[in-house]
Amino acid sequence: MNLKESFRIALRALNANKVRSLLTMLGVIIGVAAVILLVAIGTGVQDEVTGSIEGLGSNLIFAFPGNVEQGGGGGGGPGGSIQKQFSLDDAEMLQRRLGPDDKVVPVIQAAAIAKVGNREWRTTMAAGNEYSGEVFSADYASGRGYYRSEVSASSRVVIIGASVQKELFPNKDPLGEYMDVNGQRFRVIGTLVEQGGSLTGDQDNQIYLPITTAQRLLGTRDISIIIVKAADATQIDLIQQRIKRALKPRFGEEFSVFTQQETLGILSQLLGTLTVMLAGIAGISLLVGGIGIMNIMLVSVSERTREIGIRKAVGAKTYDIMSQFVIEAIVLSVAGGVIGITIGWLGSEALKVVVPTQVTPWAVALAFLFSAGVGVFFGVYPAYRASRLDPIEALRYE
Amino acid sequence: MSENSETTPIGARGCESRRVVLEARDVSKCYVLDEIEVHALRGLDLEVCDGEMLAIIGPSGSGKSTLMHIIGLLDRPSSGIVTVEGEEVSSMLPNQLAAVRNKRIGFVFQSFNLLARTTALANVELPLVYSGVSGAERSRRAKEALERVGLGDRLNHLPNQLSGGQQQRVAIARALVTEPSIVLADEPTGNLDTRSGMEVMSILQDLNTEHGITVVLVTHDDMVSRHAQRIVALRDGKVVREEIVEKRVIAHERRAKFDAGGEE
Ligand SMILES: Nc1ncnc2c1ncn2[C@@H]1O[C@H](COP(=O)(O)OP(=O)(O)OP(=O)(O)O)[C@@H](O)[C@H]1O
Ligand SMILES: [Mg+2]
Repeated sequence: MNLKESFRIALRALNANKVRSLLTMLGVIIGVAAVILLVAIGTGVQDEVTGSIEGLGSNLIFAFPGNVEQGGGGGGGPGGSIQKQFSLDDAEMLQRRLGPDDKVVPVIQAAAIAKVGNREWRTTMAAGNEYSGEVFSADYASGRGYYRSEVSASSRVVIIGASVQKELFPNKDPLGEYMDVNGQRFRVIGTLVEQGGSLTGDQDNQIYLPITTAQRLLGTRDISIIIVKAADATQIDLIQQRIKRALKPRFGEEFSVFTQQETLGILSQLLGTLTVMLAGIAGISLLVGGIGIMNIMLVSVSERTREIGIRKAVGAKTYDIMSQFVIEAIVLSVAGGVIGITIGWLGSEALKVVVPTQVTPWAVALAFLFSAGVGVFFGVYPAYRASRLDPIEALRYE
Repeated sequence: MSENSETTPIGARGCESRRVVLEARDVSKCYVLDEIEVHALRGLDLEVCDGEMLAIIGPSGSGKSTLMHIIGLLDRPSSGIVTVEGEEVSSMLPNQLAAVRNKRIGFVFQSFNLLARTTALANVELPLVYSGVSGAERSRRAKEALERVGLGDRLNHLPNQLSGGQQQRVAIARALVTEPSIVLADEPTGNLDTRSGMEVMSILQDLNTEHGITVVLVTHDDMVSRHAQRIVALRDGKVVREEIVEKRVIAHERRAKFDAGGEE
């Protein structure tokens, strides 16, 4: 009997036992789709977060108030336990100490309400100095960044992100127009190209002001963090040391300085844990799917053993039986795997609306191999045992 | 037994000028269950002659099915020799046995043993699948076999859409589709009503008288056994009696009489 005939027999047998075939396939489908989906979410989130940090520009060094390592401060945001915040003087002092090549940007981030006419929009303001555009590699759709003179004069000028533009200036060119930010009147001097991404806050839903203007608007002399862009990538560690030395006299141990690499490392570690957790859940779904397959196969062992008895009684050889059952198992696993991969993949595409996802080949391969392995083993092993029985024993099997 | 058949002593059998197609010599079968030995067959001897129709009778548990399975190569004896058309079977490998079952022996089970959820036609094609007949030739022969047992109009019925008698006829079609020289039937009428039983018996008798196929059947029914030319009685795993049927029941006649409302 040739392979083609074996295929035909296997397909006929699968067709004759539709419910059993579908349930087995379902086990593979659930396992594969779940793993692909969950790992895609984990990887997607990780990629997005690290991507958005890398997207800030390169060779960056971040200085936070509070000691992150000793757990005293916590993240960098203006937490209650932080004793002393940075001020503009600290930034200027750093710029003097580092020289003109390495650009120092004091940064404030805060919630803001923007208004044009009777349209109101909640957004985030990010404030920096005249180097912001260069340091964060701003991509202007139109207009320009703020000048040094505008920073020193606390000018009420603003650059707006793509979402803000869409919401507040739906059908006119915002350049040169006025908008209200927290009740004050600002002139739009630039717009940014849409960046996409959603997880670390909509990066397009931001407005950018000169730091001094922001301070006045918020009624504070503090700034959130200081970011330094090193001119020379090989000098980053050295500059980090110089920043630490410069800040020490005034802040003691109550500040932290991270390079972009370190920040990325910390975040990836955190997000890696998330991915591992998701993968764990995915593993459970795989197991559940596998148990489902096993169950169906084992429940049908007696029926299949009798089927094998009948086939042997009319002259099937061991090879005929085995090739039929191996092909059956492979067809089910591959069909289930392909459907599972399709569902997992389409699902991750669909989920992109809510959360970033990234389908990873290793997850696809792992999920598929596991489910297919379980399917083939529990499909073929009982058949192998039955194929070695005398026909009459197989026919009598209870 | 009845007055028109004559009983001969054991040992007087023999095929005379005819060939022996099946032979069991000193065959024993012993099952061990929970350390208790059950001797289903105890040193049984049997010869089946070419072209004969033989009935095996005996009380329940006397070893009839066990014997049929062994001479049908579905089971192995614990000891003793089985030969099929002169070839000794015990030295054959499982796959060689499968080939002999496929080509030379057709087996009809008391409980039909059809593949579930599989059409009558596909069930009958099954032995041909394993003998390498393919395509149009295969379905033509399967159709022919089903027509022979009067089921030409039930090709695509599933077993559970057929009556017991029809299922048994599908099983017979499956047994004869490879044109075997021997058909073995274990209580082929056991699960059937009288009328269906008569149909099955006329098919088996036709196979024997018109196509010269050797038929061995097991039965509890006196009337059924007298369709055969020879009756062998078992008890406790041995042949205890043998009888040549002087006046065979002719299945067609009996059925015609039955249909005309005559007494059974
Ligand atoms: N698989 C088995 N395991 C253990 N004992 C068995 C097995 N098959 C048959 N036997 C025993 O062997 C003996 C003969 O059984 P067998 O089925 O051959 O009888 P039989 O003549 O066909 O009976 P019946 O007319 O009821 O079908 C019985 O005592 C039975 O219990
Ligand atoms: Mg029996």
